[in-house]
Amino acid sequence: MEKRDYSVTAETGIHARPATLLVQTASKYNSDITLEYKGKSVNLKSIMGVMSLGVGKGADVSITAEGADEAEAIEGIEQTIKNEGMAE
Amino acid sequence: MTSKVSGIAASDGIAQAKAYLLIEPDLTVEKTSVTDTDVEKKRLSKAIDESKEQLAKIRAIAAESLGEEEAQVFDAHTMVLSDPDLIDQTHAVIDNEKVNADFAFKQVTDTFIAMFEGMEDNAYMQERAADIRDVRKRVLARLLNVTLPSPATIEEEVIIIAEDLTPSDTAQLNKKYVKAFVTNIGGRTSHSAIMARSLEIPAIVGTKNITELVTEEDYLIVDGIEGEVFINPSEQDTAAFNKKAEEFSQLKQEWDRLKDEPSVTKDGKHVELAANIGTPKDLEGVNSNGGEAVGLYRTEFLYMDSSELPSEDDQYEAYKKVLEGMGERPVVVRTMDIGGDKELPYLELPKEMNPFLGYRAIRVSLDQDGIFRTQLRALLRASVHGTLRIMFPMIATLPEFREAKAILEEEKAKLIEEGTAVSDSIQVGIMIEIPAAAVLADQFAKEVDFFSIGTNDLIQYTMAADRMNERVSYLYQPYNPSILRLIKGVIDAAHNEGKWAGMCGEMAGDQIAVPLLVGLGLDEFSMSATSILKTRSLLKTLDSNKMKELSAKALSECSTSEEVVDLVNQYLA
Repeated sequence: MEKRDYSVTAETGIHARPATLLVQTASKYNSDITLEYKGKSVNLKSIMGVMSLGVGKGADVSITAEGADEAEAIEGIEQTIKNEGMAE
Repeated sequence: MTSKVSGIAASDGIAQAKAYLLIEPDLTVEKTSVTDTDVEKKRLSKAIDESKEQLAKIRAIAAESLGEEEAQVFDAHTMVLSDPDLIDQTHAVIDNEKVNADFAFKQVTDTFIAMFEGMEDNAYMQERAADIRDVRKRVLARLLNVTLPSPATIEEEVIIIAEDLTPSDTAQLNKKYVKAFVTNIGGRTSHSAIMARSLEIPAIVGTKNITELVTEEDYLIVDGIEGEVFINPSEQDTAAFNKKAEEFSQLKQEWDRLKDEPSVTKDGKHVELAANIGTPKDLEGVNSNGGEAVGLYRTEFLYMDSSELPSEDDQYEAYKKVLEGMGERPVVVRTMDIGGDKELPYLELPKEMNPFLGYRAIRVSLDQDGIFRTQLRALLRASVHGTLRIMFPMIATLPEFREAKAILEEEKAKLIEEGTAVSDSIQVGIMIEIPAAAVLADQFAKEVDFFSIGTNDLIQYTMAADRMNERVSYLYQPYNPSILRLIKGVIDAAHNEGKWAGMCGEMAGDQIAVPLLVGLGLDEFSMSATSILKTRSLLKTLDSNKMKELSAKALSECSTSEEVVDLVNQYLA
C-alpha cells in the first residue's frame, strides 16, 4: 500500500478541473485508489465521490493506492497534482 | 388533408420544412421485482454504453456546429456515466432489493442529485446536479426504450415544435438547420419569440396545442406574418405560399436598400431607430439592419449565461466590445434586471408569490450593492470606448434613482482617484415601466438625462395583467388610450426639461403604434434589430404633423384600444 499526504493549494479546491484531472489519472491504473478527507474516504476514480467531499483550499487530504501497480499509480497522481499546482 | 393552426405571429417570414418535435418523452419509472438480477445489470450496462456512444456523437456534432466550449458539457456527462460509484451502487440496489435496473438507477441518481443540490458550494454543485439529471434522462430513455430529442444533432432543415423553448434548449440548437419555431405557449415577448427575431427566422407562439397536432413525419409551412401553420399542405397551398414568400423576400430587399438611409418622416422629421441587444454578438444584426444606436443592452445575459457572478473584467470586456462596435453611435446599457421571470441559481433569490411585483432589478441592485458596484465600475471603465448611457430598470421612486446615481458617482470618483480614465459625458436615465414613475415623470425629468419607456412591463403593470398568463392576454393592449396617455405624459415631461424620451419595448417597432408615437413626439425607438428597416420604410410614408393630429384625436376621442386601431388605419389608408 502506498500513501501520500497533501495540503490543497488550488483556489477552487478539488472541484471542476482539478477533480476531473485527478479522476482521469486515477482511472488509468488498476489499483484501488482512495481519497481521504476529514475521516471520509472515497474512490478517486469516481467523479461524484470526489466532488461529494467538498475539498476546499487549504484542506489536508491523503491519497492511498493499493494493488499491483500501486507504486506507478501514486507517482502518476503526484505528477498530475504537481503539474497542475493543486496541492503540495 | 391540410390542417391549419393559428397562433401569435412572433417573428416575420415564411418557412417550410419537416417538423422536429422537441418534446421530452415520459420517463416515469415503475418499480418491478425481478428474479434474475444479472439480466438487469446487463440491461444497465448496455444502456450506459449506448448512452456513451450517443454522447460521443452529439459531442462531435456540437463541437462543430456550436463550438468547443458548448461541447464540453457533454464531456462532463460522459464522465458521470463512467463513474464506478454510480454503477456499483446501482448494482447493489438491484442485487439487494431484487428490483429492475430502471428503478435502481433512478433511486441512486436521486441520492446523488439530492446530495449535490444540498451542498454549500451552490452554483457549481447545482450544475453538477443538472449534469446528473441530463445523463439520467439519457440512460432511462434507453432502458425504457423511448427516444430522447437531441437538438444538437439535427442535420437537416427542420421546424422546431415545442411546448416552449428555454435558453438552454436554444443554446443546443444547430441554428443552421432551424427554419422556424412553433410553440404551445408564450407571447411576442417570450424567449422563443425574441430568439427567433434575432435569428431572423419566422416564429409562431401561443398555439396552445401544436405539439399534439403535429408528428415527426409531418411537413409544415409556417407563415410568421399571419401567425399560421399549415400541416401537410396541398400543392395549391404550397404554390400560394411560395408566391407569398417571394413577395416577402422582395419586400425585404426593398427594406435592405434603406440600410444606410436616415430615419426620417415624409416631411423630413428625424427620429432615432435603435436596436435592443442581449450580447456583443448581436451587434452584427444591429449593423446589418442599419441601427442608429443601441437603445437597450440587456446585461442580464452576462449573469444568466454564467455559473457564477461575472467578474468586473469579464463585464468590462463585453461592454467595451459593444461600445467599440458601435463607434460614435450611443449605447444605452440597462443595469442588471434579475428577478421576476429571470432567475439566477447562484444568487439564491427567494421564491416569491408575485415575482414581477417583487425583489427584482434595481431593488436587488440597491439591496446587494456589491454586485451593483462591480457592474457600474465595469461600465465606467468601458465608457471611454464609445458613447455610453446608463439606465436603471424598475425605478418606482425618486429616492431609488438618487441612491443608484449616488453609488454610480461614488464608484466614478474612486476610479478617477485610482487613475482610471472615465468619460465625463455619460448620460444617466431610467426605464419607465412602473406606472408610479410614469405619473411622476415631470419630477423625474428634472434629475434624469433621459427616459426609456419599457412598454412590456408598463402595460402589464398598468393593466394588472401578467403578460405570461394566456387567460388574461387580452389585456395586453398597447394601444389602449390609458397607455397612450401615460406615454404622452412621459414624453412631454422629458421635453419640458429639455431631455429626450425613448421606448425600448415591443411597441416601439409595432406598425400600428409607430404612427401614434411619431405623433406624440417620441425621440428614440428601440426594437429588435430585424424590425428597424421595416419601421424606417413605414416612417417615410408618415407626415409628422398629420400624425400629431392623429395622436391628439386618439387621446381625446377614443375610449378603447379597438377605436384607436380603427383611427390609425383610417389615417394610414
